[in-house]
Amino acid sequence: MMAAFLKPGLLSAVLALWVLGSGAAQASQTASPAQPAAAPVAQPIFADAATEERLRNLSKELRCVVCQNEALSDSPADLADSMRQEIRGLIREGKTDQEVIEFLTARYGDFVLFRPPFKPLTYLLWIGPFVFLAFGAVVWYLALRARRTFRSAPVSGEQIATAARLLEEKT
Amino acid sequence: MKRWLPLVFFFVLAGFFAKGLFLNPREVPSPFIGKTAPVFTLPVVGQAEQTFSTSAMNGKVWLLNVWAPWCVSCKVEHKFLMALAESQTAPPIVGLNWKDKNRDAERLLLQTGNPYVAVPDDLSGRVGIDWGVTGTPETYLIDANGTVQLKHVGPIDIDIWRNKFVPKLKELGA
Repeated sequence: MMAAFLKPGLLSAVLALWVLGSGAAQASQTASPAQPAAAPVAQPIFADAATEERLRNLSKELRCVVCQNEALSDSPADLADSMRQEIRGLIREGKTDQEVIEFLTARYGDFVLFRPPFKPLTYLLWIGPFVFLAFGAVVWYLALRARRTFRSAPVSGEQIATAARLLEEKT
Repeated sequence: MKRWLPLVFFFVLAGFFAKGLFLNPREVPSPFIGKTAPVFTLPVVGQAEQTFSTSAMNGKVWLLNVWAPWCVSCKVEHKFLMALAESQTAPPIVGLNWKDKNRDAERLLLQTGNPYVAVPDDLSGRVGIDWGVTGTPETYLIDANGTVQLKHVGPIDIDIWRNKFVPKLKELGA
């Protein structure tokens, strides 16, 4: 039986891990804003606090294209610095956050975004986990139902007598 | 049959992971493929009074090679670019000198040879950002209509040239 390896207990453990994992990912994302303040590279160079605030918030959502798993706000790479300068310039020109993001995605593609946009290419990415969850739920339900409706083969009185006798003999 | 399902599931997953293992994470797909190449006008290395403009390449199939004197793998690629420039059959190469803060490009090209038809000087790196450059070397193939046809991240060698660029050039009839 396929359901044999998907015992309810095991499945709920897997589910719990999944929920915990995504919680941890959220936590690490919300924890990152504290870092740039400490990192010397991302310290405000300009007195324009409003621009720096917007730059910080924007660049947390943007990937450094050189050191790929680092946010633009945290990256000490030379190119990241140039990109931050570019964003500063755009903010000063009065561009909205949306326009800044469009400027960068036009040049570097969706790859610069840490949150991929919801579009046909990324449907599987966004919906996939829920599809797997639904699949797991169906398997779980079927396994539970199979167990509930389980009926053993009829046992004759003679068999019961034999079993009782064997048990007697043992003890 | 049902008992084999976990095994099948395992091999499907393993297949995906194996494929992922051999992907090059540096190979970021360029959003410019099939789109009009960004235009720029920049001063030329060694001739400060002159400028190079992308409009000079209109109507030609050409290569934009983003390089820098401080870039080590560019030195490896340089030998191949020299051979390419000498072959006379390859398209003209424009060498965008990217973030050359030490101003070494002119001296280096005089010493080791210049495979480029023009060397625009992108000191601030802003033109590079316009092209979506993530590092050096990077090479773009632009067709006669000014459309980006190909992007290669990393040094070009003979294999990459034959397998990636030559088929595209044939397609373009160049």
